[in-house]
Amino acid sequence: MSLRVDDLTVYYQSLRGDVKAVDGATFQIADGEIMGVAGESGCGKSTLGKSLIRFDARMRYVKGTVELDGRKLPVWDDSKMNPFRFKDVSIIPQYALSALNPTRQIGTMATELLRARRIEPDTVLPEFKRRLKLVGLNHDVLDRFPIELSGGMKQRVVMVLSSLLDPSLLIADEVTSALDVSTQRAVSELLVEFRDRGFVKSMIVITHDLSVLYQIADTILVMYAGKLAEKAPAETVVNSPRHPYTQLLLSSLPEVGVRYAEKRLSGIPGRPPPLIDPPTGCRFKTRCPLAFARCDEEPPFASLEPGHMAACWKAEKAEAA
Amino acid sequence: MLEVDTCCKSYRTGAFGSGELLAVRDVSFAVSPGEVVSLIGESGSGKSTIGKMILRLVPTTRGSITFDGLDISGMSGRKLKEYYGDVQGVFQDPFSSYNPIFKASHVFTMLRKEYFAGLSSAEWNVKLERSLEAVSLNPGDVLNKYPHQLSGGQLQRMLIARALLLQIRLLVADEIISMLDASTRIDVLNLLGDLKGRGLGVLFITHDLSLGNYISERTMILRRGTIVEMGATEKVFGNPLHPYTKMLIASVPHLHKKWDQIEREVGASVREHVLREETTDEPADEDEGALPLRQVEQDHYVAL
Repeated sequence: MSLRVDDLTVYYQSLRGDVKAVDGATFQIADGEIMGVAGESGCGKSTLGKSLIRFDARMRYVKGTVELDGRKLPVWDDSKMNPFRFKDVSIIPQYALSALNPTRQIGTMATELLRARRIEPDTVLPEFKRRLKLVGLNHDVLDRFPIELSGGMKQRVVMVLSSLLDPSLLIADEVTSALDVSTQRAVSELLVEFRDRGFVKSMIVITHDLSVLYQIADTILVMYAGKLAEKAPAETVVNSPRHPYTQLLLSSLPEVGVRYAEKRLSGIPGRPPPLIDPPTGCRFKTRCPLAFARCDEEPPFASLEPGHMAACWKAEKAEAA
Repeated sequence: MLEVDTCCKSYRTGAFGSGELLAVRDVSFAVSPGEVVSLIGESGSGKSTIGKMILRLVPTTRGSITFDGLDISGMSGRKLKEYYGDVQGVFQDPFSSYNPIFKASHVFTMLRKEYFAGLSSAEWNVKLERSLEAVSLNPGDVLNKYPHQLSGGQLQRMLIARALLLQIRLLVADEIISMLDASTRIDVLNLLGDLKGRGLGVLFITHDLSLGNYISERTMILRRGTIVEMGATEKVFGNPLHPYTKMLIASVPHLHKKWDQIEREVGASVREHVLREETTDEPADEDEGALPLRQVEQDHYVAL
C-alpha cells in the first residue's frame, strides 16, 4: 500500500468560523494506482490534494494521519515536510499554466529549482531532456520563455518537472481543465504513461470531469461537501454507483450521443451546504431523493464489497437485502 | 433571421500594430427562429469573436451581418437600441457580468431605465417575476441579494431572464455553462432548450462537443477562423468527414467508452494532430483551411 490516509481532517480558518473542507478522509492508494478525485467546486477535493503536500496559510490541520510507503508524513509541519516534497510527494498545481516563472527560460528555471533542493542539476538534466523528448518536446524548449509555449506544452513541462525525481506520489490538480479537448486527451494519456514507465509510483488526479477520470483512472473517489462519498474502481463508479450523489451526478452529464430532443437529462436540485456550519449527519441529505430519518446520523464510509466504499445508509441496506 | 455573410475579422498584433492576425475568415451561416446553432471550436478558433461581432462589441473587418435583412454594422442611436431589444448576449463568467457593489437585481434596474421607462412599478414587477419564473428562479430568493450570495447557476439564469425581459429573438450564448458545476449546468442547458421551443434562436458558442451535441439542431465546427464542417448536428457528429472534426470527436472523454475504442471507430489520431499542431509555427498559413465549404449530403457541408 503506497498511501494510507486515515481520518484526515483539515479546516480553513475564517472570521466566521472553521470551514470544514476535508472532514474525516480515510482511504488508501495501492502501488501503481491512479486514483481520481471528483466532485463539484467547493467539495474539498483540491484541499485534500494540497493537504498531502503543503498546507497554505489558512489551512489548519485538525487530526488524522498520512502514511506514505510505511513512513508517516508530518503534513502539519511545514518545515518537516520539506525533505519529502518533490522527492517523495510532488504536485502539479492547479493553474500549472501560470506556475512557470515568466522571467526565466525553462532551462534556467529548472536549474534554479534543482539547486534550491540541493540537487546538482547536471546529474538530472540529461534525464530531464530525455523525458521532455518523451512528451514530445524538443530540447530547445529549455531556451524558451513560458510565453513562447502553448498551454499544452507548458502543462507538459510542468508535468515533467514535477515528476523528475520519481516521486512515490504525484498529485495532479485539475491538470487538464484549462486545455482544449485534443490537448486534454494528450496530457491525460501522458499521465498514464508516466505511471506505466514508473516515473511515479501512484497518482492522485483531481478533476471535476468524471469522464476524463473514467478514461485514465483505476479508481475514482467522489467527494461531496468535504466528505468522501464513494470510492470504487472506475468501471464500478461509472456503471454501478451506489451513493445517490454519484448516481445523480452521472445522470446529469450529457454525453456525445445524448440529445435534448430525445432524452432530457436533469440536474440535482438544490445547492451544496455551506461548509462553515454543515448539517449534522449526511451532508447530502437535503438534496437526496432517498433521504430518510436515519440520515440525521452520519453514515460511515463503509466497505460494500472489496474495493468499493460508500457513505450512505441506503447503499448498505441494498447490500443486506 | 440572423445572417452572417463571408465575415472576416483581423486584429492588429505586435508592438505597433504592425502585424495582422486574421481571427475569423469568410464565415457564413444563418440562425432561424426556434433553432439552436452551436459553434464549436478550440481556443483561438475565433468563436468568441464571431459572437462579439454579432453583438457589435467588435466591428467586422469585411463581410456583412444582417438581422431581418437589415445590416447591423451601420446601426446607431435608436436603430441600435432596437437591435439590442432583439439580440442579447450572455457570457462565460457570470460573476464578472455583475457589479459586486450593487445587488444582483441592479442589472434589471438598468434595463428598466433604458427600455421600460414608461412602465409603472406594478407592471414592471409582474413582468420581472414572470421572466424570473421562466428561468425557474424564485424572485424572493434572488432579487435582494448581492452577486456573491448567489450561485453561478442562479446568476447565469438571471442574465438569461434579463435578456428575456426584452423579448429577444436571438441569444448569443458564449460558453454560458462552462463555469457551472455539473449538477446545475444541465438545468441551464435545458432552459435553453425550453426557450427554443418558444421560438428563441440561440447561437450556442462552446468548446464542449457533448454540450453542443445535446442541445443544438445545427452544428458548425470552427478551426482557425474558418468553418471546416457544418450541418445538422446528427450528421456532423454521426458522419464526421473533415479530419479535424474526427479528431475532435475522438478526443472527447466519454463515460462508457474508452478513448482507444472511439479513435478506432472514428479513425483519427489525436496524438499526431497535437504534435503536428505544435510543430507548425505559423498558425494561419493562407492555403490551409481556406477551402470553400462543399455540400456532401442534405444539410451537411464540409471544407475538403
